[in-house]
Amino acid sequence: MKITDETIDYVSALAKLVLSQEEKEKAEVDLGNILGYIETMNELDTEGIEPMSHAFPLKNVFREDVVTNGDDRDNVLSNAPVKKDGSFVVPKTVE
Amino acid sequence: MDITTLTALELSAKIKDGEISVVEATKAQIERIKKEDQKYNCYVTVLEEEALARAQQVQALIDAGELKDSPLAGVPMAIKDNMCTKGALTTCSSKILGNFKPPYNATVVEKLEAAGAIIIGKLNMDEFAMGSTTETSFYGPTKNPWNVEHVPGGSSGGAAAAVAAEEAFYTLGSDTGGSIRQPSSFCGVTGIKPTYGTVSRYGLIAYASSLDQIGPIARNVSDCVAALEVISGYDKKDSTSVDTGEYKYTDALVDDVKGMKIGIPRGYIGKGLDEEVKNSILKAAKVLEEKGAIVEEFDMDIVDYAIPAYYVIASAEASSNLSRFDGVKYGYRTEDFNGLQDVYKKTRSEGFGMEVKRRMMIGAFVLSSGYYDAYYNKALKVKALIKEGFDKAFSKYDVILGPTAPSTALKIGENLSDPLKMYLGDIYTVSVNLAGLPAISLPCGMDSKGLPIGLQLIGKHFGEKDIIRAAYSFEQTREYVRPTFTKGE
Repeated sequence: MKITDETIDYVSALAKLVLSQEEKEKAEVDLGNILGYIETMNELDTEGIEPMSHAFPLKNVFREDVVTNGDDRDNVLSNAPVKKDGSFVVPKTVE
Repeated sequence: MDITTLTALELSAKIKDGEISVVEATKAQIERIKKEDQKYNCYVTVLEEEALARAQQVQALIDAGELKDSPLAGVPMAIKDNMCTKGALTTCSSKILGNFKPPYNATVVEKLEAAGAIIIGKLNMDEFAMGSTTETSFYGPTKNPWNVEHVPGGSSGGAAAAVAAEEAFYTLGSDTGGSIRQPSSFCGVTGIKPTYGTVSRYGLIAYASSLDQIGPIARNVSDCVAALEVISGYDKKDSTSVDTGEYKYTDALVDDVKGMKIGIPRGYIGKGLDEEVKNSILKAAKVLEEKGAIVEEFDMDIVDYAIPAYYVIASAEASSNLSRFDGVKYGYRTEDFNGLQDVYKKTRSEGFGMEVKRRMMIGAFVLSSGYYDAYYNKALKVKALIKEGFDKAFSKYDVILGPTAPSTALKIGENLSDPLKMYLGDIYTVSVNLAGLPAISLPCGMDSKGLPIGLQLIGKHFGEKDIIRAAYSFEQTREYVRPTFTKGE
């Protein structure tokens, strides 16, 4: 499968990545080879087959809507790259 | 006596008898790591202080008559670096989690601690478990203890190599497409990938959630089974956890395969399989046959399509799971940015390695509008057919036998530049994950280069006991072989 610059730009934007020119060129070749190989699936007739997301039936698991964990804010925030007054800090997003 | 050469169960017996103290065992293990690990690079983090403090606590518990029912109490062990350990670095072998200290423990860690395990460190892996060689780790490749010019396999390469190098008595790995079994095969040790839903995934940093499963790696079947008993069980924190009510796997440690029906898929011993590996696998099948098993070959051609289906599904789930790494809540954040979108993009581009980026892009592609049906939905249909193929096989056989990998351990660097070639090495392992089945890899021979060969036994859903019985029976016919610890050094 031929992967174009536009495709790489599109999928890297979806994956929130910026690639260098060198990375882009390598990605075009690699993704082309890999997707080309993936297309061997098309040899298989899957007409009428139901797509299966899990190998055995999983039922939704319900529980009572009660809080079981305590206040763990400081602990959870301990890994934040930037924090302030008990909150995560991000750049200003709304003018 | 050299403590670190003992098996996990031998050590725990000596601890219970008072012949060796937990502190003594822990010190011996850490000394060995300090001496040897610069050669192999199995560990990302060694938790020396924590382990020694814990060793004293566990010894006190044992002295007080507690932990009697814990066969692995006091035994030093280590965990792949994608399982959360409260307050202890958990990197996934990635730059993006280079400073991450989880605020909670994975369920398997809680279970190990309750059973008196001494966690001595976190093990190297392919970044985010994406790879089959442990070369994609941000912290450098792990090397095979049998020959340091070769890879240990992956993604749980550190976990398998540490067991072979006697840098841990047993370890936990995770298996999404073969990541416990293939490195176990390459390093000459035993690893179990349990049925999906057997071991809680709570606190396992997700790669492909519908395929990921945690399992043990050890120097023999009995040690593996003891560890599996500790970590398995229903967990309400994992919504895909299945309550089977039956986790007493040691009952299956029986040297008897009389009447057991074993099937060998012809596709597993055909084209693409190294001749020496093939001979070794067929010899192992013969051994089981001589012990009374009924062995026959059969066709299951659908598994030829397992690799393409696997890479579509795994990459799709990875692209979704890894979107959480955004430089806001934990982990690495880029230093120089202009607005929130820039934080995301730069953090991720600087924080992830190339293999991870590649899989996220494949995932984004196969899920994107216009391609979703042709790739993702198609893969889910192929998955349904693979499951059907195994269901049919297990209506005739108790266990499916084949190689774990098409060759023995590759040389470092051999496949790194060609991802597709690396993916094709997963041919005998990925279908097991797609179908959610249990499987074990155990050593069955050596090739002419002196590298170990792995035998894979696959069971039906929750059929762990069948594969354990077959593996244990085979193991009784063969001595455990230690690496010589000299080659390539």
